[in-house]
Amino acid sequence: MGVTIVGVGQTPFQRNCGINIRELCFEAFKDALEDINLTPKEIDASVICSAPEYDKQRSPAGLISEYLGLAPKPTFYAESLCSSSSTGVRVGYSFLESGLHEIVAVIGFQKMSEISSAEAQERMGRGADIQWESPFGTMMPAGYAMLARSHMKKYGTTEEQLAKIKVKSGKYALANPLAMFRREITLEDCLNARVIASPLKMFDCCANADGASCIIMAREEKARKITDTPVKVAGIGAASDTLSTTSRANLAGLDCAIQAGKQAYKMARIEPKDVDVAEVHDCFSIAELMAYENLGFCKPGEGGKLIEDSQTYLGGKIPVNIDGGLLSKGHPIGATGGSQIRTIVNQLQGKAGKTQVSGAEIGLVHNIGGIGLYGNVTILKR
Amino acid sequence: MSFEKFGKIGFISETKVASFVKHLEDGKIMATRCSRCGKLYFPPRADCPDDLSTDMKWQQLSGRCKLLTYTTAYFAPTGFRDDVPYTIGLVECEEGVKVYALLSKQIDEKEIRIGMNLQATPLRLSDNRITYELKKC
Ligand SMILES: CC(C)(COP(=O)(O)OP(=O)(O)OC[C@H]1O[C@@H](n2cnc3c(N)ncnc32)[C@H](O)[C@@H]1OP(=O)(O)O)[C@@H](O)C(=O)NCCC(=O)NCCS
Ligand SMILES: [Zn+2]
Repeated sequence: MGVTIVGVGQTPFQRNCGINIRELCFEAFKDALEDINLTPKEIDASVICSAPEYDKQRSPAGLISEYLGLAPKPTFYAESLCSSSSTGVRVGYSFLESGLHEIVAVIGFQKMSEISSAEAQERMGRGADIQWESPFGTMMPAGYAMLARSHMKKYGTTEEQLAKIKVKSGKYALANPLAMFRREITLEDCLNARVIASPLKMFDCCANADGASCIIMAREEKARKITDTPVKVAGIGAASDTLSTTSRANLAGLDCAIQAGKQAYKMARIEPKDVDVAEVHDCFSIAELMAYENLGFCKPGEGGKLIEDSQTYLGGKIPVNIDGGLLSKGHPIGATGGSQIRTIVNQLQGKAGKTQVSGAEIGLVHNIGGIGLYGNVTILKR
Repeated sequence: MSFEKFGKIGFISETKVASFVKHLEDGKIMATRCSRCGKLYFPPRADCPDDLSTDMKWQQLSGRCKLLTYTTAYFAPTGFRDDVPYTIGLVECEEGVKVYALLSKQIDEKEIRIGMNLQATPLRLSDNRITYELKKC
């Protein structure tokens, strides 16, 4: 027995999308069912994923499940901030592997443009320890900026190297019709942009967006009836770190990613060098650079060199985020993990168009919630 | 006892360690030490997860510390917009625990270096609120 992904879908990621969350989810769901042989009635459970407080709906699973025609099948809500939908996929995996369910839909969404960037950071600031850290005006860019500073001090990583990650992101976003920012950004643009939280500047940061994603998972024996090109979930790892910055052991990497990666590699019986294409959680440029190291694509401290040598471009040692990544696609929190998985599934099915990695057999998805708080690493095989 | 005076904006009012604020008003930054296993905690906590002990003693920190990392925020969440730019630092105290706090506005951003010595000090804010900050020594 095994678990497969049989369908993937995504809405455009954009601002002011003009529709509500149930309609966003419907679009992603419809897109996932488009070219596969499956009707909504055959789906026997759903997992709905988002982070709270960006829209007003409480307990959104019931709402989304009804609108997609999935009631009376059971529906569940999964939340782990920015990694909610890869957590949803882990829940789906356990449902299928346990035999409780046969076909599961994992739907992630977020509608963020109803509030301003400052209001969004107010929510994210309360994703930190509200007793001891939020009262100091913390926010996501500040948390990652502190990791960036410490990485620079420890390894000599430079602002130019961080900027090069956004330059790569802008280049590949041009080929992604669903990305929010589809324009090239030069190294100078990055270095001259306004500082958000030093050393991170505007283009070192992803932007809030509206969007939804959908992943349809099935037990292996069901998969062939649904599609000719199911993708196998070969490894799935998850870990957490302390919420408080004061208890963190590692200030130049994400231990939760290292742990989750090790679990996933072991389960898939592969090594980092076997990965043909990867999607990593580049909510900030430094996050992508640390992911190179934490996932073993290079040694600790050599992430800066890896991007400088263009080894994470198409044709390099390990192409990373060649759909534009969060830095250009936009980051509708709950939809992001599903969007990353969609990109890798398309790669493994040979459907990635201009950015296809030829002969891609093994892909990896690294999706992080909070400031290195929740880590999910998922390895997919053709 | 109420914790809601703590910080520029507070989100918590009730906690077992609320007397931290009282000590802060007396000019002391306090940690807690587990009477059973001896582990020192900052931020202070009332319950030790290592041995499930709730027998904790207050212990004053000297405030002498070194900067581990920092960032200067030029963008801020709602509620903190008037304060930009502000520098958030993480320091390690001589007692071994870490403190997350703002650096004093007296310190010029250009002077800030990882590894610099700082002093964690109670700071009175407007509206009878109180916090601690990291000062130059
Ligand atoms: C960085 C940030 C504070 C900027 O917010 P802001 O001050 O409201 O700025 P705007 O969103 O209005 O962007 C300003 C301009 O830059 C552009 N822009 C913003 N981010 C961009 C990016 N990553 N790539 C390309 N262009 C970008 C915008 O389109 C806008 O251009 P316009 O004026 O032509 O429309 C905000 O995007 C942010 O908070 N990002 C981090 C989100 C986050 O923490 N997510 C969770 C992480 S896990
Ligand atoms: Zn103890």
